[in-house]
Amino acid sequence: MSDLTRLTAAELAAALTAGEISSVEVTQAHLDRIAAVDGDVHAFLNVDAEGALGEAAAVDAARAAGEELHPLAGVPVAVKDVVVTKGQVTTAGSKILEGWVPPYDATLVTRLRQARMPILGKTNMDEFAMGSSTEHSAYGPTRNPWDLDRIPGGSGGGSAAAVAAYEAPLAIGTDTGGSIRQPAAVTGTVGVKPTYGSVSRYGLIALASSLDQAGPCTRTVLDAGLLHDVIGGHDPRDSTSLPEPAPSYADAARQGAAGDLQGLRVGVVNELGGEGYDPGVRDAFQKALDTMVAAGADVVEVSCPSFSAALAAYYLILPSEASSNLAKFDGMRYGLRVEPSEGPVTAERVMAATRGAGFGDEVKRRIILGTYALSAGYYDAYYGSAQKVRTLIQRDFAAAFEQADVLVSPTTPTTAFPLGSKLEDPLAMYLNDVATIPANLAGVPGLSLPSGLSDDGLPAGIQILAPARQDARLYAVGAALEALLLQQWGGPLLAHAPELAVAR
Amino acid sequence: MTVTFEDAITRYDPVLGIEVHVELGTRTKMFDDAPSPAGGTEPEGANELVTPVSLGLPGALPVVNGAAVEHAIKIGLALGCQIAETCRFARKNYFYPDIPKNFQTSQYDEPIAFDGHLDVELSDGTVVRVEIERAHMEEDAGKNTHVGGADGRIHGASHSLVDYNRAGVPLVEIVTKPITGVGERAPEVARAYVQTLRDIFRALGVSEARMERGNVRADINVSLRPSPDAPLGTRTETKNVNSFRSIERAVRFEVARQAEVLDGGGTVVQETRHFHEDTGTTSPGRVKSDAEDYRYFPEPDLVPIAPSREWVEEIRASLPELPAARRRRLQAEWGYADAEMRDVVNAGALDLIEATVAAGASPAAARKWWMGELARTAKAQEVALEELPVTPAAIGELQALVDSGRINDKLARQVLEGVLAGEGSPEEVVTARGLEIVSDDGPLLEVIDATLAAQPDIAEKIRGGNLGPMGVIIGAVMKATRGQADAGRVRELVMERVQG
Repeated sequence: MSDLTRLTAAELAAALTAGEISSVEVTQAHLDRIAAVDGDVHAFLNVDAEGALGEAAAVDAARAAGEELHPLAGVPVAVKDVVVTKGQVTTAGSKILEGWVPPYDATLVTRLRQARMPILGKTNMDEFAMGSSTEHSAYGPTRNPWDLDRIPGGSGGGSAAAVAAYEAPLAIGTDTGGSIRQPAAVTGTVGVKPTYGSVSRYGLIALASSLDQAGPCTRTVLDAGLLHDVIGGHDPRDSTSLPEPAPSYADAARQGAAGDLQGLRVGVVNELGGEGYDPGVRDAFQKALDTMVAAGADVVEVSCPSFSAALAAYYLILPSEASSNLAKFDGMRYGLRVEPSEGPVTAERVMAATRGAGFGDEVKRRIILGTYALSAGYYDAYYGSAQKVRTLIQRDFAAAFEQADVLVSPTTPTTAFPLGSKLEDPLAMYLNDVATIPANLAGVPGLSLPSGLSDDGLPAGIQILAPARQDARLYAVGAALEALLLQQWGGPLLAHAPELAVAR
Repeated sequence: MTVTFEDAITRYDPVLGIEVHVELGTRTKMFDDAPSPAGGTEPEGANELVTPVSLGLPGALPVVNGAAVEHAIKIGLALGCQIAETCRFARKNYFYPDIPKNFQTSQYDEPIAFDGHLDVELSDGTVVRVEIERAHMEEDAGKNTHVGGADGRIHGASHSLVDYNRAGVPLVEIVTKPITGVGERAPEVARAYVQTLRDIFRALGVSEARMERGNVRADINVSLRPSPDAPLGTRTETKNVNSFRSIERAVRFEVARQAEVLDGGGTVVQETRHFHEDTGTTSPGRVKSDAEDYRYFPEPDLVPIAPSREWVEEIRASLPELPAARRRRLQAEWGYADAEMRDVVNAGALDLIEATVAAGASPAAARKWWMGELARTAKAQEVALEELPVTPAAIGELQALVDSGRINDKLARQVLEGVLAGEGSPEEVVTARGLEIVSDDGPLLEVIDATLAAQPDIAEKIRGGNLGPMGVIIGAVMKATRGQADAGRVRELVMERVQG
């Protein structure tokens, strides 16, 4: 094996199972890659070389002893810093949690550990997952491996960039309005937001409880299915976790990879993809759609009129829930504590000083928005109305899925934009998620995979949406399209990304 | 203060509203598998009964405790409430160090139980129906301890400590509709209402319901209006009044205080007030106004609770006998008059008498002991009946000795004295003190003969058929035998002697 970091997780798993490589080699290769490129990319907030290598060595020993292991045992993974990891600093990209070491593991982390996957480290993100560029991280932005002067998307820019830059074969993301899918689209990788309730939220530092969902960030659809199989399933610690058993998503991806889309009804959402979408992004999307048609899919146009209100509803529901979820960060129990510079030191004043110093501007903006939207006298007009829009969007989805098996759209309106270009214009930043937000509001699953290069030479993504609990359909269709596109391109889109300079 | 309660009540009509919080005795907390201090786990120190959930750590999520829901439904059913077919939790947002998430998870506009009533019996037998607005579930807060100031108050303290052992303990809050038309009996009604609830909690087994441990806490709303047909006046809410006596005193004080304000042409400020045990007065806490906005919204981390009708009916069918029904049943079984039963209940003797009857005594005898000799002893010692060092079983044994004729009533009182003094069981006291009735006629006849000989005039009268002075002779014989003779037998023997 020349470069282990270029292999997919499925390939690594096969080679590990066959005894061709060791987990220590694989893990070390990725740690070396992180050391070589992460100074530029800054996908990681912290790297746990010792912990990862320790687990890798233990897996190798277990394999040598003939123990039965999970197929992904020994395949390393990176975890977004919004997911708590016992004994390993978790900050959610915020100063207010600088240095905080959680005393417990998120359920999905427990499942990674049970599968014996070495955890390489924690990935960078917009503070408390608020943003679409990772520029709102309190620890500095992550850069897009395709162009270091551009954003990697957000909030999970770290996880997407880590995978795109071959620093990790797999990463965990979370998606509240597009934070897995949008970074996947702009980094030429694959990202899946599962059905709400498919992956436990226990141990995810909550942004908006009714929208948050963790999922896989990978370079292939099959790898996403493999990772989803590890982290998914019912969790009694999360009341909103789906109780029924799920099928294997990796199996769905393997079956789909034959590339046959005969009879599949593909719904193109009129409201997602017209005005405001770059021509290059639209072209890439159209080519991908043509590829599906050539493989036997039938295209139907569907209309989801309420989607036009999705962004507005989202920016009421999210800040409302976030304003309450983030109230706990007050300097009383853990994390940053700041005493007022003058005047009496009362609990209330310490809370105010801590929150004033510990939260960034975007977080403050949304807390203020949410506090206002929930206030007596405004609740019905704002939060109440937004919940009604949510119901309408769910109805739109239900109607659309009567006409189509899956819905498709460009994942994002644009390709990766230059760092700093939208920082002063929150509304322009919010528009990045216009195509991804409806899925969160309705709880349906969405997958983004590369659709091709835009005219600017940067990757664009196509989003596939399925009805709630039909995540398997995403993997089957996604793997089919991926296989067909790879044939056209003669290899993965990521092969077109420039080689990163390697630090010595 | 110049206005007294008695004075105020002649000019104003008081209206009450009572909020009672009861800590449920479930093994674990409301949303968390941490052991609950109200469920039998005694923490050794602060912050021991905590998990990521009860500490509100980032990422932790609540899960509803099914046993707590069952307890809440039991309470709702016992209060004649409707049980919601579906209901939700909401978040009550406010910043305070004793709530770890800076919001309390509570039911807001969708309580689990609503529209009930509770019939409250006052000491004279009057029954007042209190309408129940709702009973809802929520979680308790932790406890702040302020260090370095006077009396543990926050004012002047150098720092504060927070103990989250209590944070997340399941609570049910029961809210009344306005209680009107009770006039001068308002203090008594308030007390009797909370007492009746306490008895129900215990009968249901949903809480230890110990006031002194804070298992049951009452907030008392009081307002005055000039007449019963006038609109409701502005109310104050007196917080955490934690004993039955304090409830009465707090109502009396607030009625008098508000009357004085109104008499002087002032207006009552809507506010939270604190009751002070030492002085029996209340003082203002924080001002309650529209400025306090809890920004309630449905708790997105929890799915709605939808208790199936089958489950609710199962719970209803399994409800234990409630205190009022039990009193009615026992009164019928025992044949007590209404007034007798009331006295027994007011004296707190119901359980004791029931146990004494179970130990074999007749209901009349059991009542005679507990409401007579024992009630007097308890009063003299200023303790509650159940605190006396005697068990219902011992009273049953004592009465059995009387019924078998081995001791008489007078001796029985001496035996009881011995039992209360810790000398052992009634049987042991009889033996140790040699108190058994003298049933051998020989020694008795000697005493009778000596007595008659000592009082020849009286002996002559009795011989002549005048039985009036018989008591003098019997009394003298009893005295000489130190009460150990059977008075009936003495009488028979005297008659034999004078006639023989």
